[in-house]
Amino acid sequence: MKTAQTPLHKVQGMGASHSGTGHFWRERVTAVALAPLSLWFLFVLLGLAGTSEVTALQFLAHPWNALLMGAFICFSLYHAALGLQVVIDDYIHTAGMKIFLLLVVRFSCLAVFAVSIFALIRIAAL
Amino acid sequence: MAENPQRPVAAVRPLSPHLTIYRWPVTMMTSITHRATGMALSVGAVILAWWLVCISNGPEGWQSFNSIMGTPLGLLVLFGITWSLAYHFFSGLRHLAWDLGYGFNKKVAERNSVIVFALSFLAAIAIFALVWTGHAGYLQ
Repeated sequence: MKTAQTPLHKVQGMGASHSGTGHFWRERVTAVALAPLSLWFLFVLLGLAGTSEVTALQFLAHPWNALLMGAFICFSLYHAALGLQVVIDDYIHTAGMKIFLLLVVRFSCLAVFAVSIFALIRIAAL
Repeated sequence: MAENPQRPVAAVRPLSPHLTIYRWPVTMMTSITHRATGMALSVGAVILAWWLVCISNGPEGWQSFNSIMGTPLGLLVLFGITWSLAYHFFSGLRHLAWDLGYGFNKKVAERNSVIVFALSFLAAIAIFALVWTGHAGYLQ
């Protein structure tokens, strides 16, 4: 049977969506990483609640704590960008608005990530 | 080409009632709540970034964060985000179990939905109770 599909399109097997299970899989990988990191984060927030800024500074200046906090923020914002993309994919049906909102989500997540990591580095350098 | 006079106008085509007419199954509640708490946690990430910036700004920064988040409205927001994190955590574990093929049985899915809701509220209340009864702040 004749087909309009190019051989490359056929072998990629992606159909009209241009993408496969990559998004789904990245969402799961970040979720698996976030499960233990969230418990650690909760332990930290409870431990710092009601203390002073000196305690928080000293705690976050410790390399292991800074790394874990950085990992928590990194995975959280990646997971958030993926999740918010699904919300936009589901409810926004015009191409222009969809692209605009996806850019807003990605740039916002990147900005929050950059600010958080900069603050962590600044704390470590204090 | 001539218009078909019998063609119904798109806007007035009858639509079978769906979301508005059925009693919400608890599994639908958990699905929508998972999405809503995920969106709330995105806001939580912004507050976390702001908290870190405040800490890096020294005593005045710490004061400014506490003076805003220590208000009743601020505490309400913190409680909402704490509950959202607890809910998204338990519901997320459930999603990972589904990915492995467990928990699709109707009765089990309904029971687990109630468990996830109960655990999330218990966890959020327990976290705030620990702070208010002076059991937090152990990193001092």
